[in-house]
Amino acid sequence: MTTHAPAPSFIRRLLSGDLPRSRILTVILIAIVVGLVVAPFLVPGARSLNTSAKILIFIALVASYDLLLGYTGIVSFAHTMFFGIGAYGIAIASTRMEPGWTALAVGTSCAILLSVILATVIGLFSLRVRAVFFAMITLAVATAFSTLMSQLSEWTGGEDGITFKMPTIFQPAYRLFEEPVLGIVINGRILSYYAILIAVVVLFLLMLRIANSPFGRVLQAIRENPFRTEAIGYRTVFYRTIASVISAVFATLAGVLMAIWLRYNGPDTTLSLEIMVDILLITVIGGMGTLYGAIVGSVVFMIAQTYLQDVMVLVSKASEHIPLVATLAHPDRWLLWLGLLFVLSIYYFPQGVVGSLRDRARGT
Amino acid sequence: MIDKGAPLLALDKVETRIGPYHILHGVDLVVPEGGATMLLGRNGAGKTTTARTVMALWRASAGTVTFGGRDITREDAPTIARLGVGYVPENMGIFSDLTVAENLRLAAISGQLDPKRLEVIFNAFPAMKRFWLGRAGTLSGGQKQMLSIARAIVEPRRLLIIDEPTKGLAPAIIANMIGVFRDLKATGVTILMIEQNFALARAIGDTVAVMEDGRIVHHGGMAELADDDALQRRLLGLSMSAHQ
Amino acid sequence: MSKPVTAPVTADIPRQPVDWLPVALPLIVAVAAFPLVGNPWTWLTLTIAGLAMGMIIFTVSSGLMLVFGLMDVLNFGHGAFIALGAYVGLAVLIPLTPWVEATSVLLNSAVFALALCAGVIVAGVVGFVFDRLLIQPVYGNHLKQILMTTGGLIIVEQLIRAIWGAETVSFNLPASLRGSWLLGEAAVERYRIVALGIGSAVFLGLLLVLTRTRIGLMIRAGVENREMLEAMGYRTRHLFVGVFVVGAMLAGLGGVMWGLYLQNFTASIGAQINVLIFIVIIIGGLGSTTGCLIGALLVGLTSNYVGFAAPKIALFSNILLMLLILLWRPQGLYRVVDR
Repeated sequence: MTTHAPAPSFIRRLLSGDLPRSRILTVILIAIVVGLVVAPFLVPGARSLNTSAKILIFIALVASYDLLLGYTGIVSFAHTMFFGIGAYGIAIASTRMEPGWTALAVGTSCAILLSVILATVIGLFSLRVRAVFFAMITLAVATAFSTLMSQLSEWTGGEDGITFKMPTIFQPAYRLFEEPVLGIVINGRILSYYAILIAVVVLFLLMLRIANSPFGRVLQAIRENPFRTEAIGYRTVFYRTIASVISAVFATLAGVLMAIWLRYNGPDTTLSLEIMVDILLITVIGGMGTLYGAIVGSVVFMIAQTYLQDVMVLVSKASEHIPLVATLAHPDRWLLWLGLLFVLSIYYFPQGVVGSLRDRARGT
Repeated sequence: MIDKGAPLLALDKVETRIGPYHILHGVDLVVPEGGATMLLGRNGAGKTTTARTVMALWRASAGTVTFGGRDITREDAPTIARLGVGYVPENMGIFSDLTVAENLRLAAISGQLDPKRLEVIFNAFPAMKRFWLGRAGTLSGGQKQMLSIARAIVEPRRLLIIDEPTKGLAPAIIANMIGVFRDLKATGVTILMIEQNFALARAIGDTVAVMEDGRIVHHGGMAELADDDALQRRLLGLSMSAHQ
Repeated sequence: MSKPVTAPVTADIPRQPVDWLPVALPLIVAVAAFPLVGNPWTWLTLTIAGLAMGMIIFTVSSGLMLVFGLMDVLNFGHGAFIALGAYVGLAVLIPLTPWVEATSVLLNSAVFALALCAGVIVAGVVGFVFDRLLIQPVYGNHLKQILMTTGGLIIVEQLIRAIWGAETVSFNLPASLRGSWLLGEAAVERYRIVALGIGSAVFLGLLLVLTRTRIGLMIRAGVENREMLEAMGYRTRHLFVGVFVVGAMLAGLGGVMWGLYLQNFTASIGAQINVLIFIVIIIGGLGSTTGCLIGALLVGLTSNYVGFAAPKIALFSNILLMLLILLWRPQGLYRVVDR
């Protein structure tokens, strides 16, 4: 059993009273946060900066999904749709309008509006009947949406996607200072990275606040026992729908960040089934219903994805003469291993990293 | 039935939890072979939970259930049913998409309907004959209750567990039911009935058990309880007999 | 099967109020689409295509509907059996190309039947394993069920890619199933008629089993109230495994048919049709075979009419259809299960 040093009250307030509740977890989280803050200086290079930025965006994306899956106990397959709406909002606004801050603002607000409407309609239609219908209907709507996006190629660039420009300070050619700082040129990429970092920190703390608000507690009560909560007088449909709208808005914002980072958007970067699987897997591995799981899970997953695929290439090459192994180890079969890992995690590791660490700290 | 009065069903310190709720706190109940045992008590006392625990629809977390000398605590519902226990649940459990005939045919585990028993059922509940090929869902509430009871007695059983058969039924139908249950008793089957209607309980019951807060608080002959107004008042609340 | 006891049936059996409106829906949709399409012969072609597609979708959905109704298990991996069916059918047809191309109706039929059987068997076996590994361990937990079966779908789909490749595969129908018959000016593809026939046979077969056999009685009873069935002495676990495997087999059968209907597809064929199946299940209502059939026909017809008139919104039209029906009847067209 670990004993906790009392956290300073401002940190407690910042985290809405929801502390990591495990010494090991606290250390890991602090290491991750520090790591992400100094990443551009610690491991310079485009690839590692890209990985760090993706980790940040996935933290926001997965945490917003956890609000739904972990806290509310309903499965949505439309999370990538909202992610995509955010990214397409920026992409379309930045190509149709003069690229710049106005385009960002217009794209973001339109995307949020669309997400709110869609999430409300889906929620009211499906949750009214049965919570499992929600999973089916979100899947149907998300599939239809991604088909539509690839067909509306005039606006979306179809399967190829679209590239667009960002405000000047986020452009790679921009220099904040003449001289390099600590050996690193502070260019638009670095500035984008820190903008995203700040945005993700704010979003995460906001989500932590929502999850620990009275509203969040009602959601958890519904997850544990929908009938009883309904009997006490809470309209479960209403609460679940609101939860799905909130989750959708955060996913949309994550999509906005993704578009800002990549300066490109296409079906593969935001809408694909693979990303949905990534989100599911990270949520489960990190620990459902913990929010902190999104942080731990995203880091583990992104690092694994970036570097394990290299390993797969090696294994596949090395085993060229063993027919089945070579095929299965081929990087194209990455999703196969993700799927296996996903099933095994649900079966053997349902509390995820954060849940397990908290259990350990509690001594159970 | 050589040893009349030996327990057919016995619950020993049975505890049942449903999710986070602890409902039965050690139920000791003995149902002697032959005759009818009435299980009385206020709403929420744990009567239905007791019946469902015997049927293994909910699992006892502690204690033992013995049926005909055999420990059935760990058996599943189908096994218990096949030992000769007919169950009429509180909500009747009618298959409304099936016809009356199909409901009865399914209730006969042997696969064959016995014409003689069917005749008995038709005599007791003429509606079953009249609506033989009608969808059970179209029956009235009373007819559904009759069908549920008919299903339980479509084959010979050793024990019938009947959960509040008169709930929401018209007095004329209840009067008919009393006759039916008396005839049933005469065939030698043992009955464990949950009932709120004291008049009916008195008319049918031989022994009685009263539940409160997940425990049996009184066990004895029906006649004693029927004659003792003070005891009734204490156990069942004021309204019970005054009501009827 | 027990011989029904000859109880004298008197005259006043309550007439079952038959709910005809849902049955009329496909007809209403067909009539409503007429002005949209314009040309009567095109309309006829589209209608037959829609019915054929509907029957295939019914074949693949029926198993999921029963499993969902009977055990409250929502299998997001159902599409895996369909994809398997399609690829196993392919694996039979390609090596037997001489039979496929032969001018003999007999050889053509034989190879077609062989493909169907292979699809059914493989899907059944995989279904059994799927149930053991992915569904039984999380039985009773909706959330985990959805996650596990989604994982299962991904795994099977990836294995298919590993075995048969990720590229689009295409193959020919057996020779005598190709081409069309002319009905006036309407071209009616032969294979669609065959699909209609097989689908109808599946529907009638299911209906017969469900209404005329003891197993069918148990399934229908279990769909409505599993607990009572158990309390009457029936063990529903075996029943469920049986229904699950048969459902997978039907999905395999439908998968072979769907693959031949599309003639070229990728491993995501299963995940794609999953969406349509869910729409059908929601439209049809829980546990109702007839509801499932009507839902499937509606989806098939709508897809074809809209696919002709406004191809870009074909999938949306099905979602719109579902929303309209949910507005009208929040529980679906017919509902047997009362949960």
